[in-house]
Amino acid sequence: MEIGRSRSVTIRTPEGVTFSLPLAGIVTRMLALIVDLACVGMAAGVVDQLVRGFSVVFSDGARAFQLIAYFVISTGYGIALEWFWHGQTLGKRILGLRVMDGEGRRLRPAQVILRNLMRPLDMLPGLYGVGGTVSLLSRYSQRLGDLAANTIVVRPIRAQLPDVEQLRTGKYNSLREYPHLAARLKRRVTPEVAAIAAEAVLRRDTLEPSARVRLFGELAAHFRGLVEYPAEIVEDLADERYVRNVLEVVFVR
Amino acid sequence: MILHLQRFVRTGRPFWDELQAQLDYLEENPGRRLNFDDALRFDYLVRRCSADLARAGNLAGEPQLRSHLESLVARAYAEVNEVRQQRRRWNVRQWFFGEFPATFRRHIRAFLLSLAITIAGAAFGAGAVIFDPPSKQALMPFEALKDSPAERVKREEIAGRDRLSGHKGQFSAQLMTHNIQVAVFTMALGISWGIGSIAVLFYNGVILGAVAADYVTAGFTPFLLGWLLPHGSVEIPAILVGGQAGFIIARAMIGDRTRRTRRQRFRDVSKDVVTLIGGTGIMLVWAGIIEAFFSQYHEPVIPYAVKIAFGVCELAALAAFLLIGKSAQPEARGEAWKSDDPEA
Repeated sequence: MEIGRSRSVTIRTPEGVTFSLPLAGIVTRMLALIVDLACVGMAAGVVDQLVRGFSVVFSDGARAFQLIAYFVISTGYGIALEWFWHGQTLGKRILGLRVMDGEGRRLRPAQVILRNLMRPLDMLPGLYGVGGTVSLLSRYSQRLGDLAANTIVVRPIRAQLPDVEQLRTGKYNSLREYPHLAARLKRRVTPEVAAIAAEAVLRRDTLEPSARVRLFGELAAHFRGLVEYPAEIVEDLADERYVRNVLEVVFVR
Repeated sequence: MILHLQRFVRTGRPFWDELQAQLDYLEENPGRRLNFDDALRFDYLVRRCSADLARAGNLAGEPQLRSHLESLVARAYAEVNEVRQQRRRWNVRQWFFGEFPATFRRHIRAFLLSLAITIAGAAFGAGAVIFDPPSKQALMPFEALKDSPAERVKREEIAGRDRLSGHKGQFSAQLMTHNIQVAVFTMALGISWGIGSIAVLFYNGVILGAVAADYVTAGFTPFLLGWLLPHGSVEIPAILVGGQAGFIIARAMIGDRTRRTRRQRFRDVSKDVVTLIGGTGIMLVWAGIIEAFFSQYHEPVIPYAVKIAFGVCELAALAAFLLIGKSAQPEARGEAWKSDDPEA
């Protein structure tokens, strides 16, 4: 496992497949915590109301119940929810975070319990001072509870599939007129540059006009240098059109 | 070579969508188990998606497509590589009467270290009170303990009414929750390479030694034993077990002579730590009940001999419970987890 530049954990499965999980940032985790604290507070408030009604009849038992209930709620909230919701409390669910095993596996009960039992230590001396500091210094943004339980908090991204139909120009593509040059072009374009160009086309509407012109100008210049097409074929093509034609040659048969 | 992206997406998409739907369903219904046919299909989809991710990564490198496949594989990986234990039923009785004492015995050296530190603290506290009596005011944590033992014993023995009447339940709950918090904290402090656990155990020992020396030197040993033994015979060992769990964490933090990484060491001990702290919690619930409902009554309400005998019996029973039995071997751990699968 290694850490990437984007603060993510990269996991290589025994089958040799590599994937990465983006780690949750400290601010997002704090927001999730605030939601969770509010939930605990609300649950404690409900217990308090119940006890008030019950205490008329049996005050000692009611107060004992209140104390134990608050203890169970404050300690058990994280344990119960993270276990039943596979690593999510209400706050984490809202903020899109999830606790995971350090190796990307599903959590074991002991991990869930241990990371939550360590919480009082992380909260010292107040406002998660210890946990926050350790998390900032930790390689995988782990608080002490995460270190002991071998867990990480990730922000799973549910990425959508790209609309690859956008790569199809839908128009006459003069580059296809010369199959031998098209084959040469296809051979010479590296996957990295093709990926950058495809990304540029898929995101072209989100770019600033000047940036868009500059980006496609550079890409077109690069592609023009790879294969020299007859001048009458390409001289009237704008840079962006040239790049889209190249991508259609490369990606779309 | 450039991947034919459009055809790649067109071919793979039905499988990716199917896997996504299955993952959504599994995540929204955590208790659901796949039947054999569904599991086979799920396995196929995961393998197929993993292979597509490998192809997409090695060839075209289209980032959005790769992100999509990565998110699917990451979610599926957690489902497929789940540790078997969570699919099993948890037997509370087997856990408490079997696994807890076995875990205690397996880590007996950590407990003995806990005990030794507490005894050292007790010796320090006793020595401080005996050789430097004014230090008692600084050492005793509660005002009630700062009085002279003679005054307290007199006050307790002539009390005409039950001063805890109507508050015993609340007092008991306070004791339980507070003591469990102390035990958990002692355990958690193990991550400070054990230094924090040592400090808490030593401090507890200091108070214990100081109180004991104060009452013994004043000639009130029966009162002291009658007051502390009924609940202390369970409460003090429970805190020591909390320290034991802390030292297991400390050892995982510090490392051993093996080549295992810290991550592996923590993974290996986490279940034992949780087992010990769970057992400690149950012991402290018992101690809280005894302390509120029994320990606070002195002669003439309950003779000291009866209280001392009760405490000694508890201690003997606890020692037998924790010490007698066969230590579970590492491969035999998890006895409390009964598999639903008869072939497992």
